Amino acid sequence: MQDVYALAGVMFAGFALYSVRDRSNARRFGNGAFWALVAVSFLLGSRIGAVANGVLVVALILIGGTGAMGRGSKERSTGAERARRAAQRGNALFVPALLIPLIAVLGTLTLGRIRIAGAPLADPRDVTLIALALGIVVALIVALWQAQAPPHAALDEGRRLADMMGWALILPQLLASLGAVFALAGVGTAVGHIATTWLPLGQPFVAVFVYCVGMALFTTVMGNAFAAFPVMTAAIGVPLIVQRFGGDPAVMGAIGMLSGFCGTLVTPMAANFNIVPAVLLELPDRNAVIKVQIPTAIALLACNVALMYVLVFRF
Amino acid sequence: MNLWPLLAILVLVLGFAAGLNPLLVILVTAFTAGVAAGIAPLHLLASLGRAYNGTRYVTLIWLILPVIGLLEHEGLRERARTVIGRMRAATAGRIILTYLALRQITAALGLTSLGGPAQMVRPIVAPMAEGAAESRLGALSERMRHLVRAYAASADNVGAFFGEDIFIAIASILLIKGFLAQSGYDIAPFRLSMWAIPTALLAFAIHGARLWRLDAKLRRMAREERS
Repeated sequence: MQDVYALAGVMFAGFALYSVRDRSNARRFGNGAFWALVAVSFLLGSRIGAVANGVLVVALILIGGTGAMGRGSKERSTGAERARRAAQRGNALFVPALLIPLIAVLGTLTLGRIRIAGAPLADPRDVTLIALALGIVVALIVALWQAQAPPHAALDEGRRLADMMGWALILPQLLASLGAVFALAGVGTAVGHIATTWLPLGQPFVAVFVYCVGMALFTTVMGNAFAAFPVMTAAIGVPLIVQRFGGDPAVMGAIGMLSGFCGTLVTPMAANFNIVPAVLLELPDRNAVIKVQIPTAIALLACNVALMYVLVFRF
Repeated sequence: MNLWPLLAILVLVLGFAAGLNPLLVILVTAFTAGVAAGIAPLHLLASLGRAYNGTRYVTLIWLILPVIGLLEHEGLRERARTVIGRMRAATAGRIILTYLALRQITAALGLTSLGGPAQMVRPIVAPMAEGAAESRLGALSERMRHLVRAYAASADNVGAFFGEDIFIAIASILLIKGFLAQSGYDIAPFRLSMWAIPTALLAFAIHGARLWRLDAKLRRMAREERS
């Protein structure tokens, strides 16, 4: 796993170098410093201690948050050139793109089982990420060979995409870190306390409704149904739905979690699902993906409340 | 019970709602939560740093950027558009609907890593859907193009979220099982997966119906913009 982090570190260091060299970007030093700090985090993060990492995070936020980053205008290829190459190369272009998920899946299924001298080749917890990295490396080699391009061309293309995304690239990681700070500060416990003290939960339907909608709302705030589940289930799910009204814990748990996922669909806090795709797809409205998901999320949450009410007391 | 940490949620919601830079909002929110809970600033800085270092795996997915960038340079997205443009039956709505079905089924088999915005949506699904819409409706306005892309990204999310819980070894199922076990209820993961199926079917029906209507919506937008 450390090797994969080192690989990412080297890649971001490369991005930093190419960003600084991109003269078409008026803020190229901002980009360079930002990617260099990300590289430091990947290369040395486990050695520099918690406080230094904290300082690194604040520095990243200040560079990314104050508009010190920009985008270069220079494209290495025009649309017409790309269309011509696409016609020449045909469907072989899809091969590397499809190799990534294929190898990631095969690796996930096998890597954890391979043992060398009795020690597993990869820690089972990290298998998915290692397999993904492996798939990416193989796909990159195939793509470079197909294109007859030198490796630094790929690094520069990667830099182009990274500069396009800018600070949004580390937003999911920062939000995950914020979740840890929330847990430390007891934000979740406070929300659970309010939900149980201030709401009338005397009837089975009200308890189911508050549990499902509470899962969705709490997930919207935290950006993650995993953070909401323990709080809501300890506060309402187990004591009321299961113990007082005799509901089935499996139905409650399964549909409760899926109600939380309805919240994930509508929150900018779940940046990797909602904001990052908008940036990746070059949508001017950061919330464009959330907007098309809202009707589905609301309808599905209503369905979940009904499903749980119908099923949980029957099994 | 100290309720002051809830202020952090208020800061977060207001910050996002006001459209401030999310990075700065996160920093201010973290320090609000810390101060409200009486955590010393240096201790808070260290916890933030430790949490950031512990979640680096979240950012690892971007190892994919060089290979996707290279393939785009070689014309991957243009190719995806051409291939789909040739298919008569293909429309933007149907392509995204097919992707939704594939995404949900593969996620239910535990293969969540088959999809994703960087791996599939940007390089393949979105260009295919745009290509199909173009071959039906002619040149797309920016508004239509953005709508098609947003729907492509939404199918990736809906398919993954409401497919993965049918697979018994996914993180969320293990979390539910672990938490219920702590509360004294020992439940087989299989039962949790089974109860995820009704919602999964409804998710496909609801989002699928909206994708089905996307083509009509695009036609209407095209007419409006011409007149």
